[in-house]
Amino acid sequence: MSVRKFTSQQFDEFVSAMLKTGRPVIAPQAKDDRFAFGPLSSPADLRLDYDVTILPPKKYVLPQVEPLLEFEVFGPYQSVYEGKPMILLGVHPYDLAAILQTDELFRQGYYDKHYMDRRKQITIIALDVVRPSINVFASSMGTATISKGYDILLTVLKDGSILADAATDKGQELLRLAGASAPASEADLKARKAVWDYNAAGLNKHVLLCKPSFLPKLLEQHYNHPVWEEKARLCYSCGSCNMVCPTCYCFDVQDQVDWNLKNGQRARCWDGCLLEHFAVVAGNHNFRKERSARFRHRLYRKGKYVPAKIGGEIACVGCGRCITACTAKIANPVDVYNRLIQDTQLG
Amino acid sequence: MCECCNGQTDIYLPQMATITKRKMLTDTEVYMHLEMDCGQDLAYQPGQFVEVSLAGIGEAPISISSSPTQKGLELVVRNVGSLTRAIHKLQPGDKLGIRGPYGATYPIEEAKGRNLVFICGGIGLVPQRSFIRYALDHRGNYGKIIVLIGTKTYSMRLFCDEIALWHKRTDMKVLETIDEAHEQWHGNVGVVTTLIPKIENELAGSLVLVCGPPIMYKFVLISLADAHVSKENIYVNLERRMKCGVGKCGHCQINDKYVCQDGPVFRFSELALVPEAI
Repeated sequence: MSVRKFTSQQFDEFVSAMLKTGRPVIAPQAKDDRFAFGPLSSPADLRLDYDVTILPPKKYVLPQVEPLLEFEVFGPYQSVYEGKPMILLGVHPYDLAAILQTDELFRQGYYDKHYMDRRKQITIIALDVVRPSINVFASSMGTATISKGYDILLTVLKDGSILADAATDKGQELLRLAGASAPASEADLKARKAVWDYNAAGLNKHVLLCKPSFLPKLLEQHYNHPVWEEKARLCYSCGSCNMVCPTCYCFDVQDQVDWNLKNGQRARCWDGCLLEHFAVVAGNHNFRKERSARFRHRLYRKGKYVPAKIGGEIACVGCGRCITACTAKIANPVDVYNRLIQDTQLG
Repeated sequence: MCECCNGQTDIYLPQMATITKRKMLTDTEVYMHLEMDCGQDLAYQPGQFVEVSLAGIGEAPISISSSPTQKGLELVVRNVGSLTRAIHKLQPGDKLGIRGPYGATYPIEEAKGRNLVFICGGIGLVPQRSFIRYALDHRGNYGKIIVLIGTKTYSMRLFCDEIALWHKRTDMKVLETIDEAHEQWHGNVGVVTTLIPKIENELAGSLVLVCGPPIMYKFVLISLADAHVSKENIYVNLERRMKCGVGKCGHCQINDKYVCQDGPVFRFSELALVPEAI
């Protein structure tokens, strides 16, 4: 499929056309001095130059609270599917890599129809990073650029023009809504390649000292390393690292009863393995009581456990959000992994 | 999942079941016999669990206590939280939501021809009973059946009538103990590990199946190691918070294992690299 080139004004017209379809367009916009994904109402609010959003676009794929069932109290249940067609615009490659991992986790084994039904209705317009965030390390994780999983990939060139590459029928169909645009020239594609080459190495504010594929092996050797206790001593068990993480997908399930005390909903909501009660069972026994055990569990999930479930891909995509969100400044995965690498070399 | 519900595609949607019998076993444990409203039995195996729910209160994993050789489904629920408190109030004719069955089963095939030693602590008897009854219903398939039961106090003993019948059988051996002495109790007093020396000669080559509270495993497993029982011949049945039952929600994870999928029944040797297990 051919790559189209838009001037920024032409691109605004394309966004307007998407908004006119009536489908919600979810896109990065300014929120005080930071950025957040939210429903877009005008092309003027779209910030293709965002560095990173406070929360990942995950919240539109796996919402913070998602009704699964409706019921009458004590009565039978009915499935609820709330997903509607939606355009997710401006997803950075690392966040898209995370969504693709989550897709696999909800698809494999017991097929999660709630997740998959919602996901299938989302059209993803990815966007190559324009401005690196303060803590990004996607280059270290191999997720600074991406070649699959999007319907359209946008790349902003140095001159401010925007290339749009449709990879699926859904993407192609959406591109047809666009008014004026030109086919991308050889020089444009070269300029795009330059953006990819730059990002592949340049989104790296923290440098992982090994290839990500080495992490499972590395972690195998360091289950009892002192770093878990040293870092976790400062941990508030607030779960912020879980909440802002694009690859965290653990959830709790809660029943909510309406004010009439007759009807209600069973909903899943985000949960986090750093929170103290995550592994508590009836009778209040906590199977992961120590902060260090919970701290370690997160980094083992990212570097070893989840990769084993999804064919090796590391479940940290280097967005750096946990580093920014952590009050105690201990969440940086690169710090911990590098420390283990250094001790591996010494040993 | 029962035969007729196989076409169901929502993994979180419970099927309705009706309580047909109910009995308090102790002050805190209720026994329930359930039948699926669709009319078919759940296709489960000993060791598996179901997610039991009451709309408006919540859902929790509960071990199946009956054997698939019986009709219907038997559960024993301890009153420990808001859901189980509400379940305790239910009477015959009332309904519960059921999802499952889920999880790995006891090694019913591997165990054929072998001696079986069940070590049960407290409410750990509940899931073990599924395999005990299954083995008794296929008596010719198994060697000796030995059941060790430890309970904290006299009044907390479960399935007393049934155990009395087991005592009378000549094709099985049952040893009981309670942790705290009681005037009406004339049997062994002490934790369940005090029963192990009494059957030490039977342990060689037996499959040993262990289920009980977290603290019990450590001591039982040490005793079994002392008695030279290999880790390959030990199965443990672990408790965790299996919130979804289908390997998604993350709550029951122990290192890289999901108790709801890889367990709750594990061969102990398979937990060698799973430090969070015991």
